[in-house]
Formats: sequence, C-alpha cells, structure tokens
Amino acid sequence: MADAAAPFRIKGETGEWEVVVGLEVHAQVVSNAKLFSGAATTFGAEPNTQVSLVDAAMPGMLPVPNQECIRQAVRTGMALDAKVNKWSRFDRKNYFYADLPQGYQISQLYHPLIGEGELEILVDEKDESSGKRIGIERIHVEQDAGKLMHDQHATMSYVDLNRCGVALMEIVSRPDMRSPSEAGAYLRKLRSILRYVGSCDGNMEEGSMRADVNVSVRKPGEPLGTRTETKNVNSVRFVMAVVEHEAKRQVQLLEGGGKVDQETRLYDPDKNVTRSLRSKEDAHDYRYFPDPDLLPLELDDAFLEECRSTLPELPGAKCKRYEDLGITGYNAGVLTAEVETARWFDGLLEARAEPKQAANWVVAELFGALNRRGESIEESPVSPQQAAELLSLVADGTISGTIAKQVFEIMLESGQGAGQIVEERGLRQTSDTGAIDGEIDKILAANAEKVAEYKGGKPQLFGFFVGQVMKAMAGKANPKLVNERLRAKLD
Amino acid sequence: MPVSPEQVRHIAKLARIRMSDEELDRLLPELNNILGWVEQLEEVDTDGVEPLTAVIDLKLRLRDDVVTEGNIRDEVLANAPEAQHGFFAVPKVIE
Amino acid sequence: MTELISKTIAELRDGFRSGEFRAREIAESFNAAVAAARTLNAYTVETPEDARSAADAADKARGSGELLPLAGIPLGIKDLFATHGVDTTAGSRILKGFRPPYESTVSGNLRKAGAGMLGKLNMDEFAMGSSNETSTYGPVISPWRRKGSNVGLTPGGSSGGSACAVAAQIAPGATGTDTGGSIRQPAAFAGICGIKPTYGRCSRWGIVAFASSLDQAGPMAKSVRDCAILLEAMAGFDPKDSTSLDLPVPNWEASLSGDLRGKRVGIPKEYRIEGVPLEIDALWDRGIEWLKDAGATPVEISLPHTKYALPTYYIIAPAEASSNLARYDGVRYGLRVTGSDGLDGMYSATRSEGFGAEVKRRIMIGTYVLSAGFYDAYFTKAQKVRALIKRDFRKAFEQCDVILTPTAPSAAFGIGETTDPLAMYLNDVFAVPASLAGLPAMSVPGGVDDQGLPLGLHLIGKELDEQGVLNAGLAIEERAQFTARPEKWW
Ligand SMILES: [Mg+2]
Ligand SMILES: [Zn+2]
Repeated sequence: MADAAAPFRIKGETGEWEVVVGLEVHAQVVSNAKLFSGAATTFGAEPNTQVSLVDAAMPGMLPVPNQECIRQAVRTGMALDAKVNKWSRFDRKNYFYADLPQGYQISQLYHPLIGEGELEILVDEKDESSGKRIGIERIHVEQDAGKLMHDQHATMSYVDLNRCGVALMEIVSRPDMRSPSEAGAYLRKLRSILRYVGSCDGNMEEGSMRADVNVSVRKPGEPLGTRTETKNVNSVRFVMAVVEHEAKRQVQLLEGGGKVDQETRLYDPDKNVTRSLRSKEDAHDYRYFPDPDLLPLELDDAFLEECRSTLPELPGAKCKRYEDLGITGYNAGVLTAEVETARWFDGLLEARAEPKQAANWVVAELFGALNRRGESIEESPVSPQQAAELLSLVADGTISGTIAKQVFEIMLESGQGAGQIVEERGLRQTSDTGAIDGEIDKILAANAEKVAEYKGGKPQLFGFFVGQVMKAMAGKANPKLVNERLRAKLD
Repeated sequence: MPVSPEQVRHIAKLARIRMSDEELDRLLPELNNILGWVEQLEEVDTDGVEPLTAVIDLKLRLRDDVVTEGNIRDEVLANAPEAQHGFFAVPKVIE
Repeated sequence: MTELISKTIAELRDGFRSGEFRAREIAESFNAAVAAARTLNAYTVETPEDARSAADAADKARGSGELLPLAGIPLGIKDLFATHGVDTTAGSRILKGFRPPYESTVSGNLRKAGAGMLGKLNMDEFAMGSSNETSTYGPVISPWRRKGSNVGLTPGGSSGGSACAVAAQIAPGATGTDTGGSIRQPAAFAGICGIKPTYGRCSRWGIVAFASSLDQAGPMAKSVRDCAILLEAMAGFDPKDSTSLDLPVPNWEASLSGDLRGKRVGIPKEYRIEGVPLEIDALWDRGIEWLKDAGATPVEISLPHTKYALPTYYIIAPAEASSNLARYDGVRYGLRVTGSDGLDGMYSATRSEGFGAEVKRRIMIGTYVLSAGFYDAYFTKAQKVRALIKRDFRKAFEQCDVILTPTAPSAAFGIGETTDPLAMYLNDVFAVPASLAGLPAMSVPGGVDDQGLPLGLHLIGKELDEQGVLNAGLAIEERAQFTARPEKWW
C-alpha cells in the first residue's frame, strides 16, 4: 500500500522534481433545456435536431437564461462550501471556430456565480490518514460548443449543433494537487459530489465531464513553473496519465536545457502522448466583455434557501453518520463513494437491518454477487427490504450464516423472499436436542476408532466430529448446541 | 498612441478580415484619426464611477426549464451555403 | 389614387373604417407608387402580394366590427427586421439571399395588428451609417432636392429607405431602428416624424443586431399621431428578449395633447456648438417659442458631458458590433467565399468580401478597443463616461420635463459629398446622447433651410415618458405647420 506521506517525485538527471496540478472541470448541468434556449439537451439525438434558432445564432436571436441551470450551479457551489455570489454577470468570450455559431461563448469571467470553496479528498481510499483539502477557485456557468466531425468527408468537416448551448459548470481548482493519484482522487470525489447533488450525471464517456489539466513542474521549494493546459481529458485514468506524461515531458525538456511554453495541448489516449494544439494558439485574445444582451444576474434569499434546502446528505456527512453507527471507516467509505450504493444501503438501514452486520454483508456478499453477475447495484435482483429480511433471519438464529449464503443465492435466482425460501425448503436451523443427540450417537458409533484417538489425546479431532454432525444435518443444526452436546458425550 | 501597421494586421486577423496592403494603407490613417479622436475621453474624470453595462435597471429574468424548441433541422439548415446529411459542412478542420 | 398615398395613417384608418375607401384600394395605390419609384432605391424587396392579402383580410373583417388597430394599413419594413420567408439582409452582401424561418417580434406585432407589408426598406449596411451610402444595394436617393438643383441627396441613415419611403409617399409609415440617431436623423433629413422609444420598449428579438445595448426599434411616419399609432402596435413586453421592459403599453394616441401648460422644457446649453448653420440655431429658437406658446416654460439646463457622447458611442457601439457580427462566418447562412487555407481562410475571405468598408472599419475599431491591453483604457473608460452621461440627464430632468434640441447639425447633404468617416459620425452629435442614456427621443419637422431642405427639431424625454415626447412633438407640429413636400421628379 502506497504510503500517502511520501510525496510523489519525478526523478531526473538533475535530481527530484515536484509536479503541480490544477484542474478545470467542465461538468454538463442536468437540465431539460439548454442554458439560453428552449432546445432539448438529451444525448445522442439525430444531428442538428436539438437546435433552436438561438443555438444556430440566427441573426437577431437573443439568449434568455434557464433558471434550473443557475439553480443547479448554486446547489453545486453550496455542496463544495463555496461562496455563492448573489450578483454575477455573463460575459462574451470572443473567438472563431466552426463549433461556435455566435462567434463567442457566453461565459462568466469578471463576476462568476460561485466563488471560493474546497474539496476534501482521500488520496488513498484505504488510508484514512491520506486526507487532503483541494481549493476550488471558482465555478462559472457557460455554454457548451457544438461538435465537429472530421472523418465523414474527404475535404469537409461536419458540424452538429445539438450540444451547442448546453449548460456547463466550469469548476476551477487551485493548483493544489501534487501527483497523478491526487488529481485522480480529486476528479473522482468531485464527480461523486456532483452526482449526489444531481447537478451533473458524471457520465464521462458521453462527455458530461471533461477536465482541462494544468500541469507544471519545479524543484521542491522553488516557485511555480510554466504550465501547459491539456484540454478535454475525459476519464480519471486519462487525467492521471496526462499528469504523469506531461510532468515527465516537461522534466526532460527542462533538463535538456529547453523551456516549457505556456500552451494548449491535446491528449491522444491511443498513443498516450500529449501534443501541442497550436491551431488555437496564434490568436489568443478572447476580448471578454459583458454580454449586452443580458442583465446582471441577481439572486434573492428565497432562491438561495430553496437551493440549500434541497441539498441531499453529502458523502462526508453520510460517512461520518455510518461510522457513528459502528460501521468501520473502510466500509463507510466504500458505501458512500457512489450515490447509488449509499441510497441502497440507506434503504437497508430503513428496513431496520443492524448497521455493522448489514455493512459487512453488502461489502462482502452483495458486491461479490453483483460483480459475479456483472450487475450494478441499481440492477440488484435483491431489494434492500429483501436483504433486510435475510439478515434478520440470521440475526435471530432462524438460519445459520452458511444457510444464509445458500438462501441469498436462491434469492438472486428466483427473486423470492428469504423467509419463504427458508420455509419451503425447510432450512430453519434446528435446536432440537433430541435430533442432534441422535445424529451425534450415529457419528460417534460410526467412527469408534477416531473417538478412541480423541480420548487418547487428540483434542483437535473435536472439529472433525462437529463437521460430521453438521454435514449429517445439512448445516441446519444450531452449531452452538452441537458443540455443547458433543462435549457432554465425549468428555 | 498611434496604431502600428502590425497592430492593424493583428486586429484584422483576430476579426477574421483579410486585408490587402492597399486596404491597410487606407485604413491605418482612418483608424488613427478615429482613435485619436475618441482618446479625448481621457480628459474626463471617472474616478469612482461604475461602468454602465445595462442602460435600464432591470433584474435578469430566468426561463423555466422546459423544452419549447427544436426538431426544426430543415429550417436550421435551409440557409446553409453547404449542408450534407443533416450537418453544416465546412472546409476540413485540422486539429 | 394620389390622394390616398398622401394621407396619414390616421386618415387612412378612419377613411377605411367609415367605408370611404377599401383597404384593397389603399394597398394597390401604394403598390403602384412603390413600383413607380424604383429610381429612389428605397426598397430592397417589394411584397405587393403581402400588402394585398392583408388588405383583403381587412376588407373582409370590416362590418364585423372587430377591426384590428392597423387593419387596412400597409407599411414598409426596414431590412434589419427578420421577415418570415422574405429576404432579410441588413443591407449587407454577407446576408445575400438570407430568408429567415422566423419573424421579428416587432414586425410580427404589426402584422398581428392587421398591417400588411409593402416591402423591405434599404438601409446602411448593418445600420452603420448616416447617409444610406453603405448599403450593398447602393444609396437611397432622397425625394428632396436643393432649390434649382438636381444633385442627388442622401435621405440620412441608417433608416434611409424608411425616411425616403414616407417622404416620397411610397409608404404611409415604416419601421426604423435607432442605435445612435438612425431614426431621428433621417426623419429630420426627409421632413417626417420619427421616434425612438425608451430602451426596452420594443423587443430586439429578430432584429439583426448592431449594438445590443443601444439598438431600439421605432416608427417613422408623416405625423406625430401616426408615430403614436404605430409605436403602440410595435411596443410591448417580449419574454424572448432579456432586456425587454415588462410593462403595459400606454395608450399614447388617446393621450395625445399639445397643451403643455405647467411643463418645463430644458434647453441644454452644451448643444450650442461651433459650425452649426445659423438656420439651425434659428429653428431651435423658433421651437422654443412654439413650446412657450403651447404653455411650457423654457429652462436652461446643463448636460456637461455632451461633447464626450460621440467618442463614447464610437467605442461602445463598434465594440458590441465587432462581437455581434462575428456570427457572419459563411457557415450557417449568407455568403460563403472559400479561401486558400481551410476554415480560417473561408472565414476571412467571406468576411472581407461580405462586409463593406464602413462595417469593416467599425469591426476593426471594436476589436481593437476590446483587445488585450486596451480594454480598460477604451471600453471600460467609455462605459464610465456613459454612466456620467446618463447621470447628466437624470439631474437635468429634475429641472425639466422634456428637452428640446436640433435633431441634426445640418440639412441633407449630397450623395458622395461626405467622404471622411469622422465628419460623417458628427451627423449624430445631437442624437447620440439620448441613445447612450436609453431615453425616448423624437424628431419632428420644424421648417426648411434656404435651399428648401427640411430641418428637424429633437425632443428628449424622461425614461418611459414617450407621452411627454409625443405631446411636445405635437405642440411643435401644430405650430410649425410644416407642409413642404418634395416635388415629384422620379
Ligand atoms: Mg479551460
Ligand atoms: Zn470553459
């Protein structure tokens, strides 16, 4: 297990280098309609069918902001303990590109909706001492661009504006990360919180979350080096790869006497390299200015209160609550990492399962079974209520742990309830001493020489007798009683 | 301060306006004339004055999150100089 | 039919309602006049069918009692307004052939009020100009001529086609837009009335944008009453425009009154400037007398930052325009010129061939004042001065109810006479301050100069007080007895 205390270093010819990482995460806001138009946001529609006249930047079209997009951004800011600015404004970022019909992106430079906040990460989930706070500089709301396809035609690129104008939150971190794993942990935790809040579905394959990865290197203790920005990296794995690769590249460059240019780069997952994106470099003057089509955005207390009151219990608080219920820190961490798991487990607790036992069972049995079956927890054939019933049967001694495993398997296949299965198949644990004594006598009679050995000073054989009896009784005998009766007869 | 030909070229590039040397020679004095004239604003004491961005004191209205537009691809593409298979087509972009 | 085209909108409306003539007759007489006046180059598109069908609908509706306010009235629409299925090009080559799949809110409101459309009216390219010479369709020629001269004169701009059409009686009324005087200056040049309402009264949705924080639509017509009638139909809250005022539209026509007793008329001393012809100062003084005669009391006021209004405007308007016009890139509509190197080549080829000289000039200025290192010195500074200009008016309106000035520093000039851009910009020296402050302002004909060319008087009102402006305008109209009409030479 990597020791979180040991800092991540890149070993170069001239000594050790420290990597400095900041992330700008673009998270697509969950909303029915776009940020400034009434067109739909659903993924994967026919090209240019979810495009309004506003999205296509037809002459004379005007933006009108979508309340839900603002609301979700505010709730996200609150979840990150960030300052919500009651007065903010939209600015135009001017540049020409085929996926940007207006010739400018409506964004927020001068007065973002959300100010400073922070995010607590565990660099190593298994190590509770590896906690670290990553600063959030700001969150602003802006429009997504359209999509360009370069491979459809020999001399043409195709433009699809379905995505154009969809609301994004740009979540800008401070350059507080120092290793690929910290960057990975930050992105994972951020994704988890957005999904708890419900402001972003976190679906990185569909591009609902993309990170611009800012990387620089320096000798420990020295001032910040020149950074590069690798754009639109769309998985945790790739982000970590970019940090790793980009840091090494910069170290080699610097040690080779070169210098790092502040530039935009692109990551190629197939080759696992980043390359310079000069095309966008040459004219790097965005001429931001307040969008004269929009007025300042002012939020009143009622709105903010509504945002706050609809925030769910967040992973941090939930984890703490689970631990207070006696659940181990590790289990609590695992159970709260994903909102779906936490939701399922809360269902189990509501059905009055004993927390510690329930947590162990979910992490060991349920996860095991779901992995085997390749199912997500939402697809689990066993509901929290059914699981609670199963666990209660073990708790009150109706069935043994061994039988419980069998019953669970049957539940997974048949969808039947645990109680029903136990009754129909007569799996109740028996505490009928008569029956147990009967079996014990048979076993001892059938194994006279072993009994002799035992008495002759081979106490370890005791377990053999217990096993035989349990086997003979198909595991249904109460193990505690079997032990008692055996001792009575043998000793 | 007067604008240099290099600056004008840079601005033209930012604005995606192709400019021949003749055009530039014509435009340069005009721009300097106009910019020199607007620079008289420097005389005005604006200390502590908030820049005016919206001329009416209104609060920004927010729209409900309902889908009210879309599925008008034909209208959207109708005026396109080049549309193919439901896309706008542009000279190939090399990223 | 000449007597029909010479009537005001109010006269046409009332005559139609009383059955004196049919809407169809009105439409046909204007259609005919339009077709006969092509030399003026006022229309970029003629839509006689549209005018006809609206007229027929009006004729059918008559007797049903339920008549729409503008039933039977055909209008000219400035080419800046998107009209469904009808070429809308903002006078620019870059929008050649653009047929919007939508109708601007303002022109839509006029249609809902029963009006028909005679055609689209020529204008300065993207409303950038004060002479209508920057249009890709060529200049509009004013129906007015100097005494004993046949030199072609400009109708002013940017709403030059609108001004020309009303003056030449090839439209009883027209829509205009005013960013820095584009309704008022041409109205003055053409001897007609035109009003720019308070910013936010008329929706900007569907109007090709020039400078969003300044653009306002307004009517241009023969009389103050006609302006009131048209503005009532054009104005109104539009949820599609975030800067639209959510207020009921007043009954401006019903409340018209030339009785100004108890009103104070502000006379800004800073508007007496060098090089303005004596005739214009003289007309201004006559205007003051007329308003006194109507019962108002003149008070001298001060608008200290007046001289900085034009420079402020020529930073803010081009800056916004440079961004608003970025969408004309040859991708989704309009002109495309494929250049040498890929996408960027197509952009710059399209834009350099699609935009005219003045538009390029302003895009260059706007791009420059927003660019890194210059933003604060130019743009932010201009926004601050704009705040001071607005403050000037606030203070002034504590002492007066309406402000009277000349509309323009000169009468109409000849086509091609003004070649220096800066000299051209000075045309709007009196009009621009009200635009920067978002205030309602109107031009009313006051008289003619010694060449027989019209001169306008300019009324500026408090925010939302279009009524005060219209009433003062009416008081002048009643006294100026401006009956001069251009002699028909076309
Ligand atoms: Mg970025
Ligand atoms: Zn962004």
